[in-house]
Amino acid sequence: MADAVLFEFLHTEMVAELWAPDPDPGSGGKRRSLSVLEGLGFRVGQALGERLPLETPAFREELDALKFLCRDLWAAMFQKHMDGLRTNHQGTYVLQDNSFPLLVTMGSGPQYLEEAPKFLAFTCGLLCGALHTLGFQSLVTASVASLPACKFQVVIQKS
Amino acid sequence: MSRQANRGTESKKMSSELFTLTYGALVTQLCKDYENDEDVNKQLDRMGYNIGVRLIEDFLARSNVGRCHDFRETADVIAKVAFKMYLGITPSITNWSPAGDEFSLILENNPLVDFVELPDNHSALIYSNLLCGVLRGALEMVQMAVEAKFVQDTLKGDGVTEIRMRFIRRIEDNLPAGEE
Repeated sequence: MADAVLFEFLHTEMVAELWAPDPDPGSGGKRRSLSVLEGLGFRVGQALGERLPLETPAFREELDALKFLCRDLWAAMFQKHMDGLRTNHQGTYVLQDNSFPLLVTMGSGPQYLEEAPKFLAFTCGLLCGALHTLGFQSLVTASVASLPACKFQVVIQKS
Repeated sequence: MSRQANRGTESKKMSSELFTLTYGALVTQLCKDYENDEDVNKQLDRMGYNIGVRLIEDFLARSNVGRCHDFRETADVIAKVAFKMYLGITPSITNWSPAGDEFSLILENNPLVDFVELPDNHSALIYSNLLCGVLRGALEMVQMAVEAKFVQDTLKGDGVTEIRMRFIRRIEDNLPAGEE
């Protein structure tokens, strides 16, 4: 069974390698690079969503799915729970992690703030992929005001 | 207590699957980015090297291993401590060369290839080549230049997965800048 640190080092190396190459340059160069990491995360999230044990056969409500991400998915990935979950009850959720493990090693405060988004793209995709497996289409973005705390905003798309 | 132990085990298992699934997604992406398997192999080795350079610090900090005095001792540490710590497996050590500068690691199972099937159009792909880079990078940080390569792979239909390790030379301390 692979140790948690292996994923962290692999993630760092993927950010280093996959952020920079831009096989399809254009006006959206930065967007494209971010999309590759998000795409990988989406695929992993889909698979994790299938593999994690669900306490009920199907979630009836969005809120249950989001709680699942905050508790079970986060515990599987980072051995802890999300610190907060807020919603406007109109399909928008904000998931807060006050000490996001993939940012912890970068230090605390504003020093490396501009590099931080690279380290969130994979996890945005992962959350989106897990929700997809659970039957919800979503748009996930992340923001960092001060390391290592970050917020993931999840907007559930109405079908 | 048993519940706690169980949760720890489950947690570790999920962490392992996260790594395996992430690695699989990475290999898939590299196969899209590069046109031939040899380039993917090189890229996996390079990424593994960069990981190994960092992993050795984590390993030395967490284990009680001191300096190895020869390649045989190094082999024992790699197989019995390092692989156990990071991948939860203990490869066996076989096929020592008479000079003691080459050996093989035999992996009965390879966690990286869980859930993986190799399609026919990727016969040259060395799926777990990241491991060779990790080994090379880590050993370079303890002054050993080595070659690591897969000579058998269960994904290719072999009975076991075998990594052949060859000691090339001890790396001398760098000369101070300005001296030659």
